[in-house]
Amino acid sequence: MKIVVTGIEKQAAEGLTIAQLIADENVESPAYVTVSLNDTFVEQGAFPHTVLHEGDSVEFLYFMGGGRPYAIHQ
Amino acid sequence: MRIELRRIDFDAMVAYAQAQLPNEACGLIGGIICGKTKYVKKIYQLTNLDHSPEHFSLDPKEQLIALKDARSGGLQLIGNWHSHPSTPARPSEEDIRLAFDPTASYLILSLAAEKPTLKSFCITGGIAAAEDLVIDNEYRTLG
Repeated sequence: MKIVVTGIEKQAAEGLTIAQLIADENVESPAYVTVSLNDTFVEQGAFPHTVLHEGDSVEFLYFMGGGRPYAIHQ
Repeated sequence: MRIELRRIDFDAMVAYAQAQLPNEACGLIGGIICGKTKYVKKIYQLTNLDHSPEHFSLDPKEQLIALKDARSGGLQLIGNWHSHPSTPARPSEEDIRLAFDPTASYLILSLAAEKPTLKSFCITGGIAAAEDLVIDNEYRTLG
């Protein structure tokens, strides 16, 4: 089946889950990645049992945040 | 990596950050990469979900909108930015700890002095390295 991953069309095996896709795509720091499936955000706990289907579109979004205290680089 | 930013975009970033005071402002950076230079084409001003003068978190929903906007315009998200309202433009321990994208440029805008200061960093494996940031009226090396 064909799915779209980060805007790129790819061939994927039937039954592929989001968790497997994250592993296949070598997504760095997956614990801090938000996944949208067809513009809907998927809870991390649902990654292992969320099966992708023909035409699905998946985006990986890194958590982006930070803070002011404890500046260490001079 | 070298980064080129037009002054008009820098000024817009400063204006937005000043409007968010006393809180930190944040956003994303859309652009193109040619060789070892990133050309900033669009500054995205996002909501700081923390609404804090000491912390920021980008809104994932707005991230997704910005991502699609950038892609539709032939751009890619090449980094993010946030302001430090009262401290220098250098990454904090928390900035470094929460930098998960090794390909991104992390721009920090300091409003601590009368003249705003912007610096860019690549953060990989817990190490922040300054990038060569050029701010000018036009791109210097883009044809």
